[in-house]
Order: sequence, then structure tokens, then C-alpha cells
Amino acid sequence: MSARLGALQPRSAAAFDVERIRADFPILKLRLEGKPLVYLDNAASSQMPQQVIDRLLRYQTSQHANIHRAVHTLSEVATAEYEEARRKLARFVNAREERELIFTSGTTEAINLAMHGYGRKFIGAGDEIILTTLEHHSNIVPWQMLAQEKGARIRVVPINDAGELLLDEYEKLFNERTQFVGLSHVSNALGSVNPVKQMIAYARARGVPVLVDGAQAAPHMKVDVQDLDCDFYAFSGHKLCGPTGIGILYGKAALLERMQPFKGGGDMILSVTFEKTTYNVIPQKFEAGTPPIAAAIGLGAAVDYLSAIGMDAIAVQEHGLLEYATEQLQQLPGVRIVGTARDKAAVLSFVLDGVHPHDVGTLLNQDGVAVRTGHHCAQPVMQRFKLPATSRASFAFYNTLAEVDALVAGIRNVQRVFC
Amino acid sequence: MADPKSLYQEVILDHNRKPRNYGELAQASHKAEGHNPLCGDHLSVALNLEGENIAAIAFQGESCAICKASASMMTANVKGKTRQDAETMIQEFRDMATGHIDIGKQAHHLGRLTVFAGVRDLPTRVKCAILPWHTLHAALNSSAQTSTESENDPMHAPIGDA
Repeated sequence: MSARLGALQPRSAAAFDVERIRADFPILKLRLEGKPLVYLDNAASSQMPQQVIDRLLRYQTSQHANIHRAVHTLSEVATAEYEEARRKLARFVNAREERELIFTSGTTEAINLAMHGYGRKFIGAGDEIILTTLEHHSNIVPWQMLAQEKGARIRVVPINDAGELLLDEYEKLFNERTQFVGLSHVSNALGSVNPVKQMIAYARARGVPVLVDGAQAAPHMKVDVQDLDCDFYAFSGHKLCGPTGIGILYGKAALLERMQPFKGGGDMILSVTFEKTTYNVIPQKFEAGTPPIAAAIGLGAAVDYLSAIGMDAIAVQEHGLLEYATEQLQQLPGVRIVGTARDKAAVLSFVLDGVHPHDVGTLLNQDGVAVRTGHHCAQPVMQRFKLPATSRASFAFYNTLAEVDALVAGIRNVQRVFC
Repeated sequence: MADPKSLYQEVILDHNRKPRNYGELAQASHKAEGHNPLCGDHLSVALNLEGENIAAIAFQGESCAICKASASMMTANVKGKTRQDAETMIQEFRDMATGHIDIGKQAHHLGRLTVFAGVRDLPTRVKCAILPWHTLHAALNSSAQTSTESENDPMHAPIGDA
């Protein structure tokens, strides 16, 4: 164990009582076929603490009605709780105003909203959209659909062998036709933390709006949308210890106001006749129909939970896990880590000599260790490294060093089977 | 590996390490490419039909151990058989992997291929075992390409977020 890690452990231990935190997560007590669950697939979806489960239960048992509709008490309670959740989320990412936060079904819908609402209105033939090699398919496909519809062009920022974006190349992609930038804050496949603040500043100096896909960043670090100065920031609830089916699109108010609605229906209108419909103000303009009220309130409880622990403390804890896991895997012969950026979130993609990632995943599962295997919905990243797939261990603040040891023991088992 | 429930039995590991009938087949009369876009597995199957008989068969590609061992054992088992016999085995293998026949009770022609019966308990791995058979079926019917994701694929079953 390195001196660096040795120095880190007491610090994170002082800030953090992992066992007390683990006690909040009922699912972590699960045993699968006699083995304790070692859940290392947090980049795909995180687990939910009892506090959030209880909040969902309380809403559903004593507060549920439709929102923004009726004058009866329950509807007023539900509306107040839903809007309180929006306030909590606005504080969580330090938005200027809570109306800048739109509830969506998740990051994918948030990006699609930006594409339909902004892209289809303001991006036209011959215009260029800059994306990066590190994007998840959900920040590629919507823009391809737009490019196809409008005759626009996608330009792609390349990466180096460590999985870091090449900033010189990024800057060279800009020209007078550049109309939009879509950029992941943290790569889901490799864990690279991108220098988004610097990249946003470069784009904004040229009048180009930037959407940041924060699905992998919001759960693991403090996000400040005003400090980043991004135009849009998208993230999901279920990676943040919240429920599935809820996510956020943050957008600057002035931009959201200029955008066209994404979905038509109730709640997004002020008045409707068959001749003319007048749209509601933001954020309601983008929230047609009955939203996932319970999930939104659950997400509000989740960010309360995370904020009580502290996002900075969470980042330190997870960094300790990443460093330890990286060192352990580097010591294993026949194991190669894919993605070695200097600045990384707690995602560890790796391949084993002579063993396909799917076999790794199945065998680790037999030891109770849950990792993700495949292309991680980031096929351009896999193509860049000439790999069909990787195995990916992704850590949350409730993981332990002992669980990293279980991963390492599991990998040794895989190697014994295939030796 | 001692656990009998494990899919990774010695026979499968052996075929993965030393795949039989691996490589190109000169002057194949029938061939097809198969791929599983969800995991990146792809392989090609080439064969020579003499009359109705599979006189020669070979496969190659990049895949997981389950897929490679399945392909290796498949080629060893269908070589010398008729097209009709191969189609019967394709159907039986598919039924076994998806849990549609009970190999302990119902008659079949699968022999040692029953080592793959365990994939029925691993829904995400069923396609790995089936892909070579699917590709063989395509080759026998000379369709140029097959995929575990084609829309009219009877084996298609959603396996969740890719």
C-alpha cells in the first residue's frame, strides 16, 4: 500500500463512518446465494437509503394527489411538496432560480428536451454541433437525429490513450458554423473527469451554448451550475440514491424562455382554444401532463441525504476507494485498466488477458460481486480502444475497502478458471 | 471449477482454449456472419454442403468463452450430419438454452451439448450460447447476415439496458 493511500485512509475514516452509512441502505444487507452482495455497479444505478424509501412511503400514504390542479387540501400538499423538491434540487446544483430546473424522466429525456426545445428551433442546415468521443449514447443519438433532420453536422472531440479529451483539438473544431456543444462532465465508461469549466468558457466566449451531461458527475462531486456557467446541465435521480423515472434538466432561464415546448398537453398551457394555445411559463412549459410526483419528492429527499453527508466528503471517500482499487488491480498480472486520466471519478474499467468481459461478469457474479460488463452505451469509446467491451467496477460512498478486496479476489478466481 | 451449477465446466473451458474447426474454410458453399450488438460478439460460420451433407465446417470470430465453446462444439457435432439433422439440433439447442425443453425428460439429439443447459438460468448469457447456432441456421439458408437483434428473430428477447 502506498504512502499516499496510507495518508488518505485516516482522513476519509475521520470524515466518514462507512458502517453507519451502510446501515441506511437495506439492500446492502442482501445475500445472494449465500454470498454478501458486493454492489459495484453504481454508475449504472445507485441504491436507495431508508430515508428516501420512507419519504416515498410517507408521500404515498398521506400526501398524494395530482398537482397544480385542484383546490382541495391534498392537491395543495402534493403541489407544495413537489415544488419544495424543485427548490432542493436548485440548491443542490446552486441554480440562480428554481424555475431553471425542469423535472424530466432522467438524463436521456433531459437531453432530448434540450434537443427538441433548443436544437430544433435554433440549429439549422450547415450548422455544426460539437460532441466528444466520451459521450454516452444518450448525448450522441438525439443530436444525430437533429443533424439528420436539419442537415447539420456533428464534430467530435478526440481523446488520448488515457481517456482524456484533447483540448487543442476541441478548440480547433470551432468555426463560424458552430452552434452547440454537448459534453459529458464525467465519462461513464472510463471515469475521466473532463475540464468542463474551461471548455464551457471557450465555447461561451464564442457565443456557443453548452449542454453538460452530468449523469455521472452529480452523484460524486459538488456541482455548481453558476460557477460552471453551462447553459444546460442534465442528470438522473436513480444514480443519486433517488428513484428511477426522475431526472433534471437545468437551463438558464433566458434560454428556456426562448425555447419551444417539447411535449404538448396539460399543465404546459395557459389557455387553449382550437385556434390558439398560449404556453405556460417555465418550468411548467416543459412539464406537460402529470409528472412523476412521488419520484420528484423522493429525489428531493435523496439530495437532502447526500447533502447531509456532504458532497465533498463523498468525493474524498470515493477517491480513496478508486485509488485503492487502482493500486490493487495494477498489481494483478493479466489485468489492464482502461481509462487512466489524471482526474477520475470512482469508475474502474478493466480487461483481463484472454477472458471476455462477459465471462468476467458472470463469474464475479457467482462470487456476489456485481459489476457492469459490455460497451456501457459508449461504443465510440470502445472503438477508440479497439475493445468490444470492458468490465466496469463503479464505486459509491457506501462501498468499502473490503469490497474492493472482494473484487480483487473475484478477479483472481476468474483467472484461475481460465488459466 | 467444482461447482456443478457453474456454466464454466471443464469441457466448455477446453473448447474455449482450443476451439475445434476454427479458421477459414476454402471454397465454402454456404456462409453467414452473426453478431450480437449488445455485447460486441461476432462470428462467421462457413460450410461445404455436399448434397445434403455438411462435409466441412469452420468458424471464426471474437466472442466470450460461452459463445466460442458453443461454436466449437457445434461444428464438431454437425460435421458429417445432414442439413435436416443440423436444423433439428439448432431447434433443440435453442429450446434447451431458453428453457423450452427439459433435457432430462424429453428426447433430443444434443449429446454433450447439454453442458450448455445452465445458460437458461442466466438470461443475459442465453444469446452468447445461441449466436453460433443462429449463424449456422443463417448459413444453411444462405442469408448473408444474422443478428441476435433482428426484428423477426424468434430468439429475440430484450435483455435490458445495453
